[in-house]
Amino acid sequence: MRTGPLGGAEMLRLDPARETERIVLRIREQVFDRLRRKGAVVGVSGGVDSSVVACLCARALGTERVCALLMPETDSAPESLRLGRRVADALGVPSVLEDITPILRGAGCYERRDAAVRTVVPEYGAGYRCKIVLPDLLDADRYAVFSVVVQAPDGETRQVRLTPEAYLGIVAATNFKQRTRKMLEYYHADLRQYAVAGTPNRLEYDQGFFVKNGDGAADLKPIAHLYKSQVYQLAAYLDVPEEIRRRPPTTDTYSLAQTEEEFYFAMPLETMDLCLYGKNHDIPPADLAPAVGLRVEQVERVYRTIETRRKVTRYLHTPPLLVEGSEGD
Amino acid sequence: MDRRTIRHTLRGFIQENYLLGREFTFADGDSFLEHSIIDSIGILQLVTFLQDTYGVTVHDSELLPENLDSIDAVTAFLGRKLDGAASAGAPAAAQGAPGDRP
Repeated sequence: MRTGPLGGAEMLRLDPARETERIVLRIREQVFDRLRRKGAVVGVSGGVDSSVVACLCARALGTERVCALLMPETDSAPESLRLGRRVADALGVPSVLEDITPILRGAGCYERRDAAVRTVVPEYGAGYRCKIVLPDLLDADRYAVFSVVVQAPDGETRQVRLTPEAYLGIVAATNFKQRTRKMLEYYHADLRQYAVAGTPNRLEYDQGFFVKNGDGAADLKPIAHLYKSQVYQLAAYLDVPEEIRRRPPTTDTYSLAQTEEEFYFAMPLETMDLCLYGKNHDIPPADLAPAVGLRVEQVERVYRTIETRRKVTRYLHTPPLLVEGSEGD
Repeated sequence: MDRRTIRHTLRGFIQENYLLGREFTFADGDSFLEHSIIDSIGILQLVTFLQDTYGVTVHDSELLPENLDSIDAVTAFLGRKLDGAASAGAPAAAQGAPGDRP
């Protein structure tokens, strides 16, 4: 039960030792007893979420029963591979490097994406880089309409609103990346009779920030109940390297550096975290606003955005429907 | 352009592209978002439809629910755009004019 004035960061404070113990017990029970697997594969990206999941799996299952998969591609930031390796080495878990660029080339990922970008930026070609971004959604009731930011080889950038066809073309092509990674995670899991541990946090899971049958697929999701700031608390407790904890959360999916904030949440993650907590705990916007440093109408707007995202991403959580037994799902 | 014709055309577009044969009746003032009729990609498709059909340009700053979240809102928004174009001396959209393109 909540009492007294709300403190922003206080709301999401947890006991990291106790939470770690709880998750570790659960992973052990899920992998060995329920799934009857001998270990876990974790796709380690060099970000804080996958680093924490790798640490938790190593604690739960033993370092020799975790396989850290490093899966860079041509658009990945160079430090992603270095940081992923650093986590695996620090934990002492075996790691496997799978450069997914050739698979993506074979699938036409880059070619299809570039063709979609060219429908709105005809000069887009060799040497250009791009990312897609959302407008700031905190200060006005705007639609979450994407634009593409392109950078020419001479460094000049420009931003163009996407047409529906361009947006869908870019996203559909880019989703090859998450699905290719998942395909390889299951390859290595099958090879070892392991389970695949997914790495979404609560924000991503709740708000549908994942690719269906891509990073949304897994046998277990050990941190899907944790708010992003709680993941950081566990990361500190688990001694995840500071360089990883300080790195801004990125999608590491587009050739131009893109934060999760730009791509999906359209507001600082700390703010989104607290607002999601507030909404989940029925905290009135007037009570939450001072704690998160927003105006009441901004919190109301974020609450509406959370609800809208839940509605529009319901499809991503929906399992395959059967003719029998899925009525009214 | 006659507002009634605009409403009819919009309703047809929404019926064909978003309701996909679902039995769902909605009033001209009902919110597309609240009734889960159109999401943000749907809004982009609606904007493209407005631009292609009526020759207007919808700017980023106009991508607001107050302009696009119901048949009433879209009709009023479109009316303002077309009236503005007409009063500025632009030829009608049906003649292939760019409306309020800068």
